[in-house]
Amino acid sequence: MMNPVHNPEVDGKKNIFNEQPSKWATTWREYKKCRYLFLLLAPVMIWYAVFAYGPMYGIQLAFKDFRIMDGIWGSPWVGFKHFEFLFFQSPDFLMILKNTIIISFLHILFGFPAPIILALLINEIRSGAFKRVAQSLTYLPHFFSWVILSGILITLLSPSSGVVNYLLQLVGLESVYFLGDPNHFRSTLVISAIWKEVGWGTIIYLAALAGVQPEMYEAAVMDGASRWRQTLSITLPTIMPVIVLMFILRIGNVLDAGFDQILNLYSPATYSVADILDTYVYRVGLQNFQFSLTTAVGLFKNVIAFALVLATNYMAKRFGQQGLF
Amino acid sequence: MKHSRGSNLFQACLITFMIILCIVMLYPFVHMLSISFSTPAEALRLGIHLYPQQVSFFAWEKVLGNQDIWMGFGNTVFRTVVGTVCSILFMSFGAYPLSRKYLPHRNVYTMLIVFTMFFSGGMIPSYFLIKSLGLLDSRLVYIIPGLISTFSMLILRNFFQNIPDELEDSAKIDGANDLRILFQLVLPLSMPVIATLSLWSAVGHWNAWFDAVLYIQDPSKQVLQTFLRRVVITGENLSMFAADVKGSELGYQEPIKAATLMFTALPIIIVYPFLQKYFVKGTMVGSLKG
Repeated sequence: MMNPVHNPEVDGKKNIFNEQPSKWATTWREYKKCRYLFLLLAPVMIWYAVFAYGPMYGIQLAFKDFRIMDGIWGSPWVGFKHFEFLFFQSPDFLMILKNTIIISFLHILFGFPAPIILALLINEIRSGAFKRVAQSLTYLPHFFSWVILSGILITLLSPSSGVVNYLLQLVGLESVYFLGDPNHFRSTLVISAIWKEVGWGTIIYLAALAGVQPEMYEAAVMDGASRWRQTLSITLPTIMPVIVLMFILRIGNVLDAGFDQILNLYSPATYSVADILDTYVYRVGLQNFQFSLTTAVGLFKNVIAFALVLATNYMAKRFGQQGLF
Repeated sequence: MKHSRGSNLFQACLITFMIILCIVMLYPFVHMLSISFSTPAEALRLGIHLYPQQVSFFAWEKVLGNQDIWMGFGNTVFRTVVGTVCSILFMSFGAYPLSRKYLPHRNVYTMLIVFTMFFSGGMIPSYFLIKSLGLLDSRLVYIIPGLISTFSMLILRNFFQNIPDELEDSAKIDGANDLRILFQLVLPLSMPVIATLSLWSAVGHWNAWFDAVLYIQDPSKQVLQTFLRRVVITGENLSMFAADVKGSELGYQEPIKAATLMFTALPIIIVYPFLQKYFVKGTMVGSLKG
């Protein structure tokens, strides 16, 4: 049995130093040893304090009535007034929340499977050269901003002179006002988002598909399995963990319905179907100066998003994935 | 290896489908390029535009002769070059200490950083912060608030972590301090990931527009993307091209829009082959990190 009081080593040290070095002194020594590392890290942590944590100071606006003369600190507290207004009186907020969820849900319903299907198709291409060309071309729209892509869409989708309506009429269909008609605007958002991101989204699935062992296909062919059967029984199960992880991560962002895209494509005619939380904050907050109200909207969104990230991360771990943290 | 008839038929359908998909991806850009070189009448022609049937360079002359677009171009190049260099340097400063396992309280610092990926103040508080720092209407707003991407910095940190400790130890025995180790050993060894992160940052800067809309009023400090936005989306800037329009150029709007758009998109198209190579690699690095 070791008795700490009579531990000769500790006693020896005590004799030399006369007292145990304090916790602070130890820490200070460790920090001093790493002083160059902290010289590097300090400006980075200061940046985080100012630009990542700094805005959190302004969150108090959600519980205050902002008065420009008094500033953020001096404005009077009003408790949950803005939240009560949003949920029980505001004519817009529930519509905006509904729009956000519907658009995001449509993006997931159609936009999530699209790159998986495309990756399975690209994986079936026999010619290596054609495969590479197809990949390069489908990645292309990913690299442009929504300003550029919206400019293109406005031209191509014009009801009078756009080439898409020209083709529709060529096959005998009615011309459609894709960007101005509330009935078609959401589909336009979803399809154009797929156009931009589907190719790029295949990368992670193609990487997973490269990990399927060719022996498994050979064995399946010996057993007389059809190509469709092979896809269902070998390919899909192999990439399923990646699909599950991507899906969980996507659910975590469910309140992001595509701010850049919508802000560049929508117009007062389509506000009723496409005004989402982020565009509302920008339009009503910064253009109509309703700072406190829209800070409350932003806070609502961030709290829900944070909870979703925690929940989905927990789910990812339960599915045997690594999770984010 | 011989393929069955059914499998050949499947290949034929697959290749047809992929060719159509590639056309859908590529055609919009060809269309805009063709319009930008068209006469106004040709630009308004209903139908497919693969090349201009009546060629005119007036739109490009007007766009390239416009002072404001070059001002925007200058500001965009400034933010792309300076912003990317500063970002990479600054993120290395953060990533290197955080990659050292012996750094005291390493997990505390890492958690503080990771938390900001999932929670932020939001748009309005950020606006007030930028305002109170006096960064409104300053070009610094393009560089400083976006200096660090936490995700990129974590990728960099993971890469630094995988550099063998023995290299660092032997450098320390030779008397090198941490700064020398970072600049002369770690950074040169990390060039592949730095190339990828630089491209991410550069494309992000080239495409960024919302910070300029939010924080910049002064027209001389606008970026190319906001200039384009005012031509093709809000239409505010179209009128500046209306001066000295000749009779044959009435209906000038479409070619002007297309030329401005292609001018903004062209640099990305030119570096696209490099982008593709490093981006795809980098996405793998990011996805494999776990």
